[in-house]
Amino acid sequence: MRRLLFVVPALVFVAIAGFLAIGLTRDPSTLPSALLDRPAPDFALPPLPGRDDAGFARADLGGGPMLVNFFASWCVPCRIEHPIINRLAEAGVTVHGINYKDKPEDALAWLAELGDPFARVGRDQDGRVGIDWGVYGVPETYVIDADGTIVHKHVGPLQPRDLERTILPLLESLKR
Amino acid sequence: MIAELGHFALVMALGLAIAQGSLPFLGAARHDLALMRLGSTAAVGQLACVTLALAALTNAYVTSDFSLLNVYENSHSAKPLLYKISGVWGNHEGSLVLWVWILALFGAAVALFGRNLPLPFKARTLAVQGLIGTGFLLFMLFTSNPFERLVPAPLDGTGLNPILQDPGLAFHPPMLYLGYVGLSVTFSFAMAALIEGRVDASWARWVRPWTLVAWVALTLGIALGSWWAYYELGWGGWWFWDPVENASFMPWLAATALLHSAIVVEKRDTLKSWTILLAILAFSLSLLGTFLVRSGVLTSVHAFAVDPSRGVFILALLVIAIGGSLAMFALRAPAMQPGGHFAPVSREGGLLLNNLLLATATATVLLGTLYPLALEVVGGAKISVGPPFFNATFVPLMLPLLLAVPIGATLAWKRGNLMGAFRRLRLAVAAALATMALYLVLVSPQSLGAALGFGLAVWLIGGSVTDLAARVGLLELAPGRTWQRLKGLPASAFAVTIAHAGLGVLIVGITASSTLQEERLLAMRPGETTTIGRYEVRFAGVDERQGPNYSALRATFETTSGGLPVATLHSEKRFFPVEGQPTTEAGIHTNLWRDLYFVLGDRTPDGAWAVRLYINPFVIWIWGGVGIMALGGLVSLLDRRLRVGAPTTAAARRGGRPDLPDPVGA
Repeated sequence: MRRLLFVVPALVFVAIAGFLAIGLTRDPSTLPSALLDRPAPDFALPPLPGRDDAGFARADLGGGPMLVNFFASWCVPCRIEHPIINRLAEAGVTVHGINYKDKPEDALAWLAELGDPFARVGRDQDGRVGIDWGVYGVPETYVIDADGTIVHKHVGPLQPRDLERTILPLLESLKR
Repeated sequence: MIAELGHFALVMALGLAIAQGSLPFLGAARHDLALMRLGSTAAVGQLACVTLALAALTNAYVTSDFSLLNVYENSHSAKPLLYKISGVWGNHEGSLVLWVWILALFGAAVALFGRNLPLPFKARTLAVQGLIGTGFLLFMLFTSNPFERLVPAPLDGTGLNPILQDPGLAFHPPMLYLGYVGLSVTFSFAMAALIEGRVDASWARWVRPWTLVAWVALTLGIALGSWWAYYELGWGGWWFWDPVENASFMPWLAATALLHSAIVVEKRDTLKSWTILLAILAFSLSLLGTFLVRSGVLTSVHAFAVDPSRGVFILALLVIAIGGSLAMFALRAPAMQPGGHFAPVSREGGLLLNNLLLATATATVLLGTLYPLALEVVGGAKISVGPPFFNATFVPLMLPLLLAVPIGATLAWKRGNLMGAFRRLRLAVAAALATMALYLVLVSPQSLGAALGFGLAVWLIGGSVTDLAARVGLLELAPGRTWQRLKGLPASAFAVTIAHAGLGVLIVGITASSTLQEERLLAMRPGETTTIGRYEVRFAGVDERQGPNYSALRATFETTSGGLPVATLHSEKRFFPVEGQPTTEAGIHTNLWRDLYFVLGDRTPDGAWAVRLYINPFVIWIWGGVGIMALGGLVSLLDRRLRVGAPTTAAARRGGRPDLPDPVGA
């Protein structure tokens, strides 16, 4: 019986190694194929109080290529990628924001400090919409085409090279 | 040419590591002195080779040799020299060279300073060390060659992520690696002990200095990283429970537990297999941390570029090293003699409680870090585990631990007296309760959490000091006697006081900065004045400035208090054209009681600037406290009994040689 106790650490490790091995086969920065090239899931989110939009809903998608960015004021990588989102918006790209599991006042303060690039912002306080979209962890950025279909997903902070290599060429091709 | 020499040196190092990882095992099994001694020679040779490789790579960075792919991708000729050098380890390949170099450094140190180790034991320790080196050198040479050439050589490099161009982060990785890799030595000691089937007081003494060195380095490395996050990310926070932070925190928790449990092995000859397990786990968690950072299974701010083939290689390394050592543990540890009886109220009882809580805390952090991944794998909902999870699980585990620290340190070995301990600590108890009461009455009756935090801090600092005072009989004996006793105390007694008091200082910083932070967010026009706390802040305006490899918008804030000048702070937004990336530099003014922390935001369309002003009370106490803890570790290294080495038993004095037992399996 006592001997069995000594095997426990090894067994726990085998389980962890198994998870890591399966985890390796998945690239976390791409969307699981189930949602890719499907219409974005239905949702209707309330606005951040004090921001001059009426929230953000499924009906706002489409009509042209756009980005949907999940962000939160408590998320450090969001802070790092935010200047890039600002630059995208300045360049004329439509970016909508979904504020994920956040306090509205924190989110507003955050946008006031770092700049507010978003056309519309929806407040996903309990993270339900995030689950429908398959959010793994903020920040995440989705590229939506003119029909409201999800064509690309980026997990983690957008870096300048992601813009140049992926996002901007993709948006360009969607315009045509 | 120099780069090819560096590459060749790595291949040589691999050859030596393979020799070091195999022949001494054979020598120890056959009692062949020459083969056993070969381990030391190979370890020193390996250090020489890896030093050559590291020097070659550093040379390429300093001279901006962009014919090397690695230099091209991570450096730029216009970068300041310090960041050219720190760029060596600011990327995956280069940081591996540093990792392996520190591993070789520790191997050579064991070879040179481990003179008091019995030869077969030393040979086996070095052999395990050689196996680890073999694994990492293979990994480097097959998937991550730092010396890969680029033809034709580009004119200039692509630069280093500007957020990494910072003095704090220049020294963070070497410190952290010193800690991670230092734990490889304790791991090798544990494996050698498992092979020989023997763990005793001398083993605990041999392991202690290496654990201490690793622990001190890891402590300082984590502190540097958190300090960097504090001033560089411009958020006023200093710990984010980010997967990469957790990756360094888990080995620290395990190493802290190991430091404490090894004392029990040394003094009471019990808790042996548990201590061996901790030594294995501490290094395994370091390896796991490396895997999490490099493989891309988890996304994080700090993570290096993702490459699946590397992930598979590291996972294989992980399975061999961790799986192998735990399997060995399962096979050999049950045969070790269990220790004598164990009274719950005793020093060893206290240390056991410490170990249980620290191990649970480690498991909690591990769970929080891997949970999102595990859930995704089994096909459940996708979630992110953030600070709320850790605050809800980690903090409640720390409360009883912190409460128990002064009591445990006061209890006697074998049979302690709880009432006696409290009597000894009565001043500290009184001071802690008074602090809580005063805080609730004078400052804020609602904030029970803050009062509890400050009470705990006073309890820790007061408890450590009163225990030391009681030991030397302060105020009870004549001053001369007290001085005599003070001189007679071992360095480790002071180390305990210092380290535990440092923990108290850290708790002051954590409590104050997380409960009493003041924050104002507003739009200010140049010339406007606002107030925060008892300070008046005038926003003088924004001007432009050129740095060595960036251009910056610099805001100037003139701060006064009651009309008297306090400080002028500069907050910047920097833009790095080579990398095409901006960074924020907070303006910070620090004194013992608070940090003024001002961040410049964006310009609003009507000409005002968004600014964020913070007062972070006592925040310097966080790093001060961690520094004091590390100092405690260094003082403990001075302890005489670590230099005397193995205690001589009566048998040894009679001429027997108990340190050279028949190796099991020989």
